[in-house]
Amino acid sequence: MSVRQISVFLENRSGRLSEVARILGDEGINIRALSLADTSDFGILRLIVNEPDKAYQILKDANFVINKTRVLAAEVEDRPGGLARLLGIFESADVNVEYMYAVVEKATENAVMIIRVEDIEGATSLLRRAGIRLLGEKEVYSL
Amino acid sequence: MVWDKKYECMEKEELEKVQLNRLKETVRLAYERIPFYRKALCDNGLSPDDITSLDRLLDLPLTTKEDLRQYYPYGMLAVQLSEIVEIHASSGTTGTPTVVAYTRGDIDLWSEVMARTIACTGATSEDIVQNAYGYGLFTGGLGFHYGALRLGATVVPMSSGGTKRQIRLMRDFGSTVLTCTPSYALYMAEIAADMGIDPSKSTLRIGIFGAEPWTHGMRVQIEKVWGLIACDIYGLSEIIGPGVAVECPAKDGLHLWADHFLPEIIDPETGERVSEGQDGELVLTTLTKRAMPLIRYRTGDITNITFEPCKGCGRTAPRISKIKGRTDDMLIIRGVNVFPSQIESVLMEIAEVEPYYQLLVSRARGLDELEVCVEVKERFFSDQIGRLEVLREKIQTEIESVLGLTAKVRLVEPKTIQRSEGKAKRVIDKRAL
Repeated sequence: MSVRQISVFLENRSGRLSEVARILGDEGINIRALSLADTSDFGILRLIVNEPDKAYQILKDANFVINKTRVLAAEVEDRPGGLARLLGIFESADVNVEYMYAVVEKATENAVMIIRVEDIEGATSLLRRAGIRLLGEKEVYSL
Repeated sequence: MVWDKKYECMEKEELEKVQLNRLKETVRLAYERIPFYRKALCDNGLSPDDITSLDRLLDLPLTTKEDLRQYYPYGMLAVQLSEIVEIHASSGTTGTPTVVAYTRGDIDLWSEVMARTIACTGATSEDIVQNAYGYGLFTGGLGFHYGALRLGATVVPMSSGGTKRQIRLMRDFGSTVLTCTPSYALYMAEIAADMGIDPSKSTLRIGIFGAEPWTHGMRVQIEKVWGLIACDIYGLSEIIGPGVAVECPAKDGLHLWADHFLPEIIDPETGERVSEGQDGELVLTTLTKRAMPLIRYRTGDITNITFEPCKGCGRTAPRISKIKGRTDDMLIIRGVNVFPSQIESVLMEIAEVEPYYQLLVSRARGLDELEVCVEVKERFFSDQIGRLEVLREKIQTEIESVLGLTAKVRLVEPKTIQRSEGKAKRVIDKRAL
């Protein structure tokens, strides 16, 4: 159970990020979650949006360098130690988390984390066995 | 195909006889008609009668581009203006343009050496030559035009630019030979792909690329993407335009038409001649041109020369190596000599980047900094910073091992480095020197 994420390569130039936001806004794409990883020269914007295919196409048409990646959306308890428990599951199974970020909106009382690991299938069953609920695309996009 | 067997395959001794006779005439013409050369000879205590061997050339002073500028526009002409049928100006890559002029005989000569040049790459009268060098004051367009006409090929005088139209007409006309700058050839391939046309399925079989230095790596890339044989051509407007030297399909050096243009290689610092095979600046003396004969003209181009007959085609015409750089585009960064072509050769070896780059040189607190901007290839884009950092470090390490100099590598978005339809501008020097 995974969701699609769109990544955009951004040069560290003024106005580049706002251009992405404007293009998506103009087309009625709603950003559900995002993270921005950056170095001094360039950054990578990772997005979870309500219409990933459409967003992919319009950014591509606008000449952005992009790709689509599969990530997990996992629920964690919204209380101290909630995230630590989730990470502990990965740690004890020796699974490397490449990156992760939080979704602002909540479906339930729990928080939602977007997680990227190499082996999505493996991580899915690992989390399920540990009783962690994973959200599907429909659920995430409609948060 | 050998266009002019007598001269292209002449024994060295015989060639030297031809060169000496022609050199004598050239020096006499220059001495009698051009005050600049009369003074140059007199200052060195020489008269045209002293040119009794090719070695006496060493007693003659060098001519520079600055000299041509000083006598702008007609001061270097050896004939009356009424005898001039065509005027061109250099492309001004490195400053004020310089004027060059041709008599009817010179145009005939130009057509002849260009027919030789085009034939040398394997093209024949059966070919359709799509000429995408700029027509106009730049000698590239008309030089190829005259040569292709003399060869009897079909010329499509496209000139540069209008890339989509170039690609459409190339397909519709079935062009078999493409002539343009190497950077434009790559750009055309990119646009063709954007248009949904596979460049490797084109009818092109030969490309004759020049007017800017390019590397072996760039050749491999052009040959692969277009599915053709890419030959390098060399020339400069001051000497005649294109048509001084060209590769045969063996691509083992450029055959220089030494019966018309007498080559020497000198150390650009000392002006002394270097030995065969050693790198230095190419110096050319025109042997048959009438309107504007030039004696020992400093081309600014770095190369070396061999007189060994070519194993590929059997021509004895001496061969110069691909131009390695120009004395005036050589960057000196923290005391290290850097040619943009060196950086290009590194980038061509790295699959994850596009063949476009730009060098930015700046100076911060007295220290030179070299920044290399490189386009990331879309299909290698990873959403992990770590992987892109690894790529950047790889490029940086490679450049450092070639230059012995640390350069900052900046990864930029594809299609953001300016594409060129003529000569690519690859260096931006922001140092206030």
